[in-house]
Amino acid sequence: MGQSILTDIKNAAKKSLKARHNELADTQRQMDILNGGLFADGELPYFKDKIAQTGQFPLKPKKLEVLQINVGYMCNQVCEHCHVDAGPDRKEIMTRDTMELCLEVIRNTGAHTLDLTGGAPEMNPDFRWFVEEASKAGIKDFIVRSNLTIILANKKYHDLPEFFKKHNVHVVSSMPHYTKGKTDKQRGDGVFDKSIQALQKLNEVGYGMPDSDLRLDLVYNPSGAFLPSDQSAMERDFKKALKADFGIEFHNLFAITNLPISRFLDYLIASDNYEDYMYALVEAYNPAAVEKVMCTNTISVSWDGWLYDCDFNQMLDLKVASKVKHIKDYNEDVLNDRNIVISQHCYGCTAGAGSSCQGTVA
Amino acid sequence: MADSYYDPADLRKFGNITEWSEELGTKFFDYYGKVFEEGALSAREKSLIALAVAHVVKCPYCIDAYTKDGLQRGITKEEMMEAVHAGAAIESGATLVHGVMMMNKYNKLSM
Repeated sequence: MGQSILTDIKNAAKKSLKARHNELADTQRQMDILNGGLFADGELPYFKDKIAQTGQFPLKPKKLEVLQINVGYMCNQVCEHCHVDAGPDRKEIMTRDTMELCLEVIRNTGAHTLDLTGGAPEMNPDFRWFVEEASKAGIKDFIVRSNLTIILANKKYHDLPEFFKKHNVHVVSSMPHYTKGKTDKQRGDGVFDKSIQALQKLNEVGYGMPDSDLRLDLVYNPSGAFLPSDQSAMERDFKKALKADFGIEFHNLFAITNLPISRFLDYLIASDNYEDYMYALVEAYNPAAVEKVMCTNTISVSWDGWLYDCDFNQMLDLKVASKVKHIKDYNEDVLNDRNIVISQHCYGCTAGAGSSCQGTVA
Repeated sequence: MADSYYDPADLRKFGNITEWSEELGTKFFDYYGKVFEEGALSAREKSLIALAVAHVVKCPYCIDAYTKDGLQRGITKEEMMEAVHAGAAIESGATLVHGVMMMNKYNKLSM
């Protein structure tokens, strides 16, 4: 790989694929890549055929446990691996009207977990109102996926740790590595230092402390074209390093595999790693992970109210295969009777110990 | 036969050696897998040892595999390079310590 390609990727990463009019901003183009090449040539089996070998096709949902709502693609960061293609230039954010529809669902759902994500969900102007209203519904586990740096990005966000605490929000934050170099390479210059400060602020109000009910979990995803290793070993290394270097405490580490879509797909192709990465995913295929893959217990809602089997399918614009496709028509029983929409990116969630928004599954 | 003795794609075929001798191949891979499990040494420490040895035996497949393995385990490039130096130091030391043999021989033959 030429150095110039690497430089191009680095420069390009300051804007979303969409703002750059990159061909991969077109979800159909991504699907063509995922369905073509190695898979069309018969070098690697289609995901559908792979799960059929163990009688797991069609993939069906089990009991709904997690309602994941994406309140918008706007973000203060432009991470190289972002499957949402989020960034400051993304203007798609959930309106209060759509939030009202979501609240109606939150009040009546059988799911025990509500999971707000983005972009940086805090950048939605109605975020705090939404959290206040949603927290009244009494859902057992209320997650907000915070990128940490947002807490320091502007004065108006400085009190977020207190706000999260007030509403007993479970904070889940990305942290690709416990060293500055690796973190900044993936997430942008200065992100590591700000993330450390933000974690310290969360610790100060009680988040992540041993025996504290204020849950603070970190998400690790590899900063490159390789799969995550054993989650518990990584957690041990993260805990040791963050405690020793910065006095930081947190509860659990979720190891998440990067799926070959959006900006990570762009990176894989530009760095000539796409084929090897797909081989690695298929080789690490684990039928036991298919049993527990997150789309079997999750519904993902987009900023404009459409329903998906997961956040990745949302970014590929693969809506649920159900009569109910939008939050305004939400019906859990009807939705639960669907077949899950799959493609080759799904190998990302079934590799090794599996991968989900809550970490490994198998 | 390929144009080159080493083909990166061959690494993926390593498991195929079992096809021509199932018993020995299986025994080898069972042993190999067991060696790298968590034990008195962590899997992380063993990955670094493997990386150092990979360089000493100059095995391109092993360097490929254990650089990736190290990345997967969150091992930093500084740690990896120190491991490579540890291997290189032993290898060069192994050469140099033979200098004593040369000195012994020289002294024995000299008046």
